[in-house]
Amino acid sequence: MKYTDYYAALGVERGASADEIKKAYRRLAQKYHPDVSKEPGAETKFKEVAEAYQTLKDPEKRAAYDALGSRPQGEEFRPPPDWARQHGGNGSEQFSFDDVDFADLFSRFGARGAMPGRDFEVPVEISIEDAFRGTTLSLSLSMPEYDANGRVRRVPHAVKARIAAGAVDGQRLRLPGKGGKGFQGGRDGDLYLDISLKPHQLYRATGHDLYLDLPLSPSEAALGASLEIPTLAGPVSLKVPAGTSSGRKLRLSGRGLPKPRGGAGDLFAVAQIVVPAGLSEQERELYQRLAESGSFEPRRHFRGEGA
Amino acid sequence: MTVETEVLWLDEHRVVSLRELVEISGLREAELLELVHSGALPVRDAARGEYSFSARVVTVARTACRLRDDFELDTRGMGVALKLLERVRDLEEEIARLRAQLPGS
Repeated sequence: MKYTDYYAALGVERGASADEIKKAYRRLAQKYHPDVSKEPGAETKFKEVAEAYQTLKDPEKRAAYDALGSRPQGEEFRPPPDWARQHGGNGSEQFSFDDVDFADLFSRFGARGAMPGRDFEVPVEISIEDAFRGTTLSLSLSMPEYDANGRVRRVPHAVKARIAAGAVDGQRLRLPGKGGKGFQGGRDGDLYLDISLKPHQLYRATGHDLYLDLPLSPSEAALGASLEIPTLAGPVSLKVPAGTSSGRKLRLSGRGLPKPRGGAGDLFAVAQIVVPAGLSEQERELYQRLAESGSFEPRRHFRGEGA
Repeated sequence: MTVETEVLWLDEHRVVSLRELVEISGLREAELLELVHSGALPVRDAARGEYSFSARVVTVARTACRLRDDFELDTRGMGVALKLLERVRDLEEEIARLRAQLPGS
């Protein structure tokens, strides 16, 4: 396993007092706590800080940690053979140090009797198509597990979960009993999935509604048009009314994401008038005639303002 | 080993009891009740003194428990933090809703 320098994680000296350790933790927790901070990498950073604090705030764990000696961060090492017996707490004979994370060494110190398994929260990104149709997720997680003697090891944990159609961005799902295993009769922890939707090439989702940019030529916008619109269930036809300006939202009712208990959000096609970057001679001529003959005054409301 | 598993949606369609919320949030009953009474935790039904909640609240209560443990907060601190987090979440949702309506690049 790799040695973790808990003092460095908290930015304190090895001889720091309990009070200094607490202050350092509080400062870093406010900076990196995932519920508070949106800094990139905050969650990982907070985990390191919290792991260090969990061990160093407890005199028994801190003594056991110090007994491992001071090593460079990340150095490959194994605890000395009698370390677990001297510091293990539960009277367990011998630790197996295979498949163990550094943090696992300290996680069950001083624990007696039944302990519930840990809950895990996992962010999961799914596509808008998967949210529309439903999907089956196959997750591979690594979780600490304790045997009857309290020995810990990392166990690969495969979870297959059917996500029915209708998930939206921010949807949380609970998989009871799929977290860490309980110890000595404690209940198993839960697994929480935090769903987010991957950005899509065409659609932007908000709740169950979808937005789609609908580019229109000036003539389609002025004269109206019957168009084919891509939806998640396949193309449908849409009538663009004559005189449609940019920004107008054309609603395709029930063509958004399905709701878990029936019904569906809407799909909004947002008109965007686009003009060709270059015009042919004939087009230029026609636009010219249009400009000369037109009575349309798009900026009529400017008149009389600010004068 | 791969097991097909039970998936519970934490949305407004599912109801959880106070007892369940105690079990899965990590908060004590007294703490949950204080959060309810301070308005930080919305109740779905309080008939006959039996509280029930929308399953959405599970996430909120778990956040409260995390804040309690990681910042050593008391119930009043949790309540204030939850209300602020709720405002942040509402604003983020509003921004996301408005952004979805902006033409893409």
